[in-house]
Amino acid sequence: MLSAMWLLPYMILGGIAEALISVAQNEFFYSDQLPNSLSSVATTLSGLGMAAASLVSSWIVTATCRSWITEDIDEGHLDYYYWLMAALSLLNVVYFVWCSNSYDQNSPPSPDLLVSTCRGKHQRYIGKVKHAVFHTQKTGRKRVIVSTEQNVVASLDLRHGEIFWRHVLGTKDAIDGVDIALGKYVITLSSEGSTLRAWNLPDGQMVWETSLHSAQQSKSLLSVPINLKVDKDYPILVFGGGYLHAVSAVDGELIWKKDFTAEGFEVQRVLQTPGSSIVYVLGFIKSSEAVVYQIDSKSGEVVAEKSVVFPGGFSGEISSVSSDKVVVLDSTRSILVTIGFLDGDISFQQTRISDLVEDSGKAEILSPLLTNILAVKVNKRTVFVRVGGEGKLEVVDSLSDETAMSDSLPVADEQEAFASVHHEGSKIHLMVKLVDDLETVLLRESIQMDQHRGRVHKVFINNYIKTDRSNGFRALIVMEDHSLLLLQQGAIVWSREEGLASVTDVTIAELPVEKDGVSVAKVEHTLLDWLQGHVLKLKGTLLLASPEDVAAIQEMRMKSSGRSKLTRDHNGFRKLIIALTRAGKLFALHTGDGRIVWSMLLNSPNKFCERPSGISLYQWQVPHHHAMDENPSVLVVGRCGSDSSAPGVLSFVDVYTGKEISSSDIGHSVVQVMPLPYTDSTEQRLHLIADTNGHVHLYPKTSEALTIFQREFQNVYWYTVEADDGIIRGHAMKSSCSGETADEYCFTTRELWTVVFPSESEKIISTLTRKPNEVVHTQAKVNTDQDLLYKYVSRNLLFVATVSPKGAGEIGSVTPEESALVVYLIDTITGRILHRLSHQGCQGPVHAVFSENWVVYHYFNLRAHKYEVTVVEIYDQSRAENKNVWKLVLGKHNLTAPISSYSRTEVLTKSQSYFFAQSVKSIAVTSTAKGITSKQLLIGTIGDQILALDKRFVDPRRTLNPSQAEKEEGIIPLTDSLPIIPQAYVTHSLKVEGLRGIITAPAKLESTTHVFAYGVDLFYTRLAPSKTYDSLTDDFSYALLLITIVALVAAIYITWVLSEKKELSEKWR
Amino acid sequence: MTPIIRSCPVLTFLVFQICLIFFTSTLPCSSGSEDSYTITGRVRIPPSNVIGHTAKFSNVKVILNGGQSVTFLRPDGYFTFHKVPAGTHLMEVSARGYFFSPVRVDVSARHHGKVQATLTETRRSLTELVLEPLKEEQYYEVREPFNILSLVKSPMGLMVGFMVVVVFLMPKLMENIDPEEMKQAQEEMRRQGVPSLSSLLPSAVASR
Repeated sequence: MLSAMWLLPYMILGGIAEALISVAQNEFFYSDQLPNSLSSVATTLSGLGMAAASLVSSWIVTATCRSWITEDIDEGHLDYYYWLMAALSLLNVVYFVWCSNSYDQNSPPSPDLLVSTCRGKHQRYIGKVKHAVFHTQKTGRKRVIVSTEQNVVASLDLRHGEIFWRHVLGTKDAIDGVDIALGKYVITLSSEGSTLRAWNLPDGQMVWETSLHSAQQSKSLLSVPINLKVDKDYPILVFGGGYLHAVSAVDGELIWKKDFTAEGFEVQRVLQTPGSSIVYVLGFIKSSEAVVYQIDSKSGEVVAEKSVVFPGGFSGEISSVSSDKVVVLDSTRSILVTIGFLDGDISFQQTRISDLVEDSGKAEILSPLLTNILAVKVNKRTVFVRVGGEGKLEVVDSLSDETAMSDSLPVADEQEAFASVHHEGSKIHLMVKLVDDLETVLLRESIQMDQHRGRVHKVFINNYIKTDRSNGFRALIVMEDHSLLLLQQGAIVWSREEGLASVTDVTIAELPVEKDGVSVAKVEHTLLDWLQGHVLKLKGTLLLASPEDVAAIQEMRMKSSGRSKLTRDHNGFRKLIIALTRAGKLFALHTGDGRIVWSMLLNSPNKFCERPSGISLYQWQVPHHHAMDENPSVLVVGRCGSDSSAPGVLSFVDVYTGKEISSSDIGHSVVQVMPLPYTDSTEQRLHLIADTNGHVHLYPKTSEALTIFQREFQNVYWYTVEADDGIIRGHAMKSSCSGETADEYCFTTRELWTVVFPSESEKIISTLTRKPNEVVHTQAKVNTDQDLLYKYVSRNLLFVATVSPKGAGEIGSVTPEESALVVYLIDTITGRILHRLSHQGCQGPVHAVFSENWVVYHYFNLRAHKYEVTVVEIYDQSRAENKNVWKLVLGKHNLTAPISSYSRTEVLTKSQSYFFAQSVKSIAVTSTAKGITSKQLLIGTIGDQILALDKRFVDPRRTLNPSQAEKEEGIIPLTDSLPIIPQAYVTHSLKVEGLRGIITAPAKLESTTHVFAYGVDLFYTRLAPSKTYDSLTDDFSYALLLITIVALVAAIYITWVLSEKKELSEKWR
Repeated sequence: MTPIIRSCPVLTFLVFQICLIFFTSTLPCSSGSEDSYTITGRVRIPPSNVIGHTAKFSNVKVILNGGQSVTFLRPDGYFTFHKVPAGTHLMEVSARGYFFSPVRVDVSARHHGKVQATLTETRRSLTELVLEPLKEEQYYEVREPFNILSLVKSPMGLMVGFMVVVVFLMPKLMENIDPEEMKQAQEEMRRQGVPSLSSLLPSAVASR
C-alpha cells in the first residue's frame, strides 16, 4: 500500500511548473518580444499545442498502458504509468532547456560576455592622414601620432597599427599641425590656427587648451622647439590669424603675442636656433616684401627687424633649406629666389629655373623639408637642387613625376636622410638617401603593391638602430585611396583602410547563390568534439564558463553559423555592403564578419582626369528569375573635378567579383540620377541622368531600353530642388534632343509646375522622399472601433522643410520671434501641396525620415529651448466610406482601384510633437522584406550612438488617457518627451565616431533588418524590431531536436511493446 | 566718494580686485570685431561602482549648439568654449555611460558675457556651470536573478498556495463530520467499489 500523499510532490511540482510557464508565456506573448499582431495568434497556437498534447496523451493511454491502468487500482501498475510520464517529462525538459538556451534574448548576463555577445560589428578608423609624428625614443611602446582630414588626432601602435587613443574634433575644427612637445604632450593646432590643445601622449587625455586670438584669415603655422631640455622651457610658437603667439608647453599659458595684422605680415618660417632663445621669424608682406624679425622667445621683444622689397613678388611657395636660408618661387614661377637671413640680414639671390633645367615650364616647390636641398617639380619631373653655401643652386638629381618624398630626418654622424617612393608597374620602390650625398642609398626596397591603392601620396620616415648598429628605416605611407601602410624591411607590416572613414554612399547587395558541389564547411567533426562543444555551451548558459571557455564558445558559434561564408544564406543575413568612399574607391564588406571582400579604385577612361571623385551608387542590375546566371552589378556615378558642371563618369562594377565591367566618360554633367521603375530583359535598371543644360539622358544606351522608355514616355516625371533660390520645379519629358545633338538617348523636358517659396521668409533646408524600394504591407489601418483609415501611400510625395533666413544659422544666433519652421508635403507629379505645417519659434537643422505614409522630423524649438520631434501621418479620405472591415476582409473594397496623383484626393493629416533630449545627426527607419514587422526609428544622436525608438512612440493617435480598447491596440499614453532608454541603443556602449549616415536594408527573413552606420567609424548590426519571431537563432541545434523526437518515438514504441507483452502474459495467466 | 575710499582702503583694494578679474575675463573677448565671450564650466561625474563604467574624462565631449563647436575636458573636469557670441545657446555633454541633460546657456551681452545656465530636462537653473549626469546609463539589460519570493507572489504562485492550503485543510474538515455518517459513506464506497459522484449523491439524499 502506498499513500496517495506521495502524489503530492508531483502535484506541487506540476503546479509550480504551470505557474511558471503560464506567466512567462503570457509575458512573452504580450511583451515586445513578439509583434502585436502575432500576440493573440501565438496564444492560440500554444492552446493548439495543448490540444495536440491531450490527443497524444489519450493515445498513449489507449495504446500503451491499458494494462497498467485498471479498474482496481491494486491490480494495475499505475507506477509504470508514472514512470513513463517521468521519462517523457525528462526528455521534454532536455528539449526545453535546449530551446531556451538557443533563444538569444540579447541580454547578456555578465560583463565578461558583454562585448562578445554584442552582435554589432564595429570598425574604427581615423581618415586620411595629413601629418604624422613618430614617437620611438623611449624603450616602451612605439607609436605614431597622426592627424587626419577627418579632424581626427590619434595615436597608433607602430607595431600593429592599432589605435591607442583617438579624438574626433568638431567638424569645423580642422587640424593644421601636430607635434610632440616635452616628450609627453601631443600638441595640435586647429581651427585655422586659433585653437591649441595638448594631449597626454600615453592616454590621450587633454591636458590644456588655449584659444588664440585671430583677426583675419591667414595660413597657420605650428612650431614646437625641437630639442627641449626640461630645465629650459622654450615656448611653442604659433602663427595664425595675423598674430604670432608664444605659448608655454607646460600649461598652455599665453606668454606673449605679437600683432602683425596691421602690416599684413604673413609668417612663413619660424627658425628656432637650438640653445638660444632668439628666434628668427621670416615672412612676407603682401607677397612682395620679405621681413625677418629676431624675437626673443622668452619675452616677445623684437630684437632686430629687417625688410627688403622684392620687386618680382613671391608666389607663396617656400622651402626652407637650412637654418638661415629659404628658397622661394617668384610670382612668374620661373625664378628661384634664395633668401638668406643670417643674423638678421636679408640677402637675395636669384636663379632662373631655365638655367638649371632645359625646356622648363612652370615650376612648383614640393613641400618636403630637406636640408640644403630643394625639390622642385618642373615639367612633370622632380628636380633636386642643392643650395650651396653662397646661395648657389645646382641640380643634383632628378626623378620621375610619380614620386612622393618625406621630410629629411637626422641619422647618425650628423647626416640627414630622406625617403622617396616611386611606382614601377605593380611595385613601389622605397629609397632612403642621404641628403648630402644623393648617390648613397641607405635603403632600397621594392614592395609589391595592390593596384587598387593607387599612387603614393605621402611618405613619413622614421629610423631605428638595428642590432648590428646600422640604421634601419620604417616608412609610413599614405596612398591615393587614403589607406595607411607601414613599410619595414621590404614588407608591409600593417595597413589600415582609412578610405572607409569617408564613405559617401552605400548600397547593399546579395552574395552569390550556393552552387552544387560547393561543400559546406564541416561544423562538428567527431562525437567527442560535438559533446565537448555542447558541454561548453551548457557551461556558458549556467554562467560557469571561464573567459577562455567564452572565447571558445564564441569561436564555435562563429564557425557553426557559417557567418563569414561567401554565399547567400536562407535568411538573407549574409550580404555585401558596397560602400563608395570619397577617394573614389569601392569596398565590398561582408556583413558576417565585416571583412573587405574586394575593393576597387575607380578608373576613368578620360585622359584629363585620372581619378574621378565618387558621388553616388545605384543598383544597376539585380538579376532574379530569368536572368539568374548574370552577376549583379552596381552603377557608380563619378565626376571629373569638384565643379557640378564637370563631366561625369559612369562605372559598372560586378558585385560578385569586384571587377569593373565597363566605364564610360559620358560627356555631360551629372546633376541628378533617377532610377526608373523599369528594367530590360537582362534586369538592367533604366536610369535617367539630368545634366546642367536641362536635358536628361537615358542609360543603358541600348535600343531595348529606348523602346521601353518610349512606351512609358508620358509617365516619367521628375523634379528639381533649387535650394538657394527656394524653387521646386516639376518636369515631364518633352521630346528627343533633336537638332542640338544626334544623340537619341537624350531628351528635353518641359516644366510642369513650380513651387516658389518667398525668399525673404523661407529658405529650403531639407527635402526628402520615401525610399523607392520600400514595401508597404497594408494600406489600411484598423482602428479600435473597427474603423478603417486608409494610408495615403504615394511614391511621389516630397517632404520640404523651410526656415526663415535668419534661422538658417546656428542655434545661438536667432531669437524665437525671428525664426519659423514650415514643413510641406508636396506631390511631385502635380506640384500640389497636400499639407503645410508651421512651427513658430523653431529652427533647423531638420533631420527627417519618410516612410509609408508618415514623416518624422527633428528640429529645434527656440521657445522651449529643446529639440522637438514631430510626426505627420497622412491618410486618404476619399476612400473613407469603405469603413467596413468585413468589406476589406471579403475583398469588396476598392483598394485595387488605381491611385492617380491627378485625382485630387482628399487627405487627412494627423500630427503630434514631442520633446527629444538630444541633438540628432541622422534618422533612419528599419525596413523589412514585407513590411509586416513593426518599425523602429534609428536615431543617430550627437553622442555618436544609435537609438532604436519604436514607431509607437511617435504615433499621432497617442492621447493622455488612452481608452481600454486603445491600450489593447498598443497605444502608449502621451508624454511630452520621447523616452531615451539606454538599453535601446543598438550600438550599446560603442560609438560610431563622426556618425554621418544610417542605412537599413531588409533581410529575407521578415523580422530582421540590416543596419549599417557610417562616419569615421563603421558599424553594422542586424535588428529585429519585434524580435526574431520567425526564426530560431543561428546556433539552434536541429540535431538535438531530431534526436529528442526520435528518442520520444522510440520510448513510446518500447513501452508499447512492453505493455503488449504484459497484457499477453496477463491473459495467459 | 573720495572720502569713503580714503577711509576704507580695503574696499578700494577689493573694488580694484573685482575690476581686475572683470577685465581679465572680458579682455580677450572685447578686443574682437564682434562681441564674443568665453564660457567655462565643469563636468563632474560622481564615482561609480558599476562594472565597466570608469569615469574617464578623456572620452567626454562637450558640444555647443548641436556640433557648432566641440571641446574636451581637462584632467580636472573643466572645459572652455571660446569666442561664443552673446545669445542663448545649447550645450550637451556626451559621455559614455551617463545621461546629461542639455543645458540652456544664456550669454548676456549687456552684462559682459555673464553666463546663466538652466538644465532643459529638469528646468533647474544652475548657479554655477557644473554639469552632473542626470542618470547612469546601462546599455545592457541585466537578467533578473531568480527569486523565490517573486515566484510566490505571482498569480500562479498564489493559486498553488491556495491549492496547498486546500489539500491540507480539507482532510481536517473531514474529521469534523459525524463518524456515523462517515461509516455509512465508507460502507457505500466498499459496496460500489470505485466511488463516483452518482453513487455518492443518492446516498447523501438518502441519509437526509
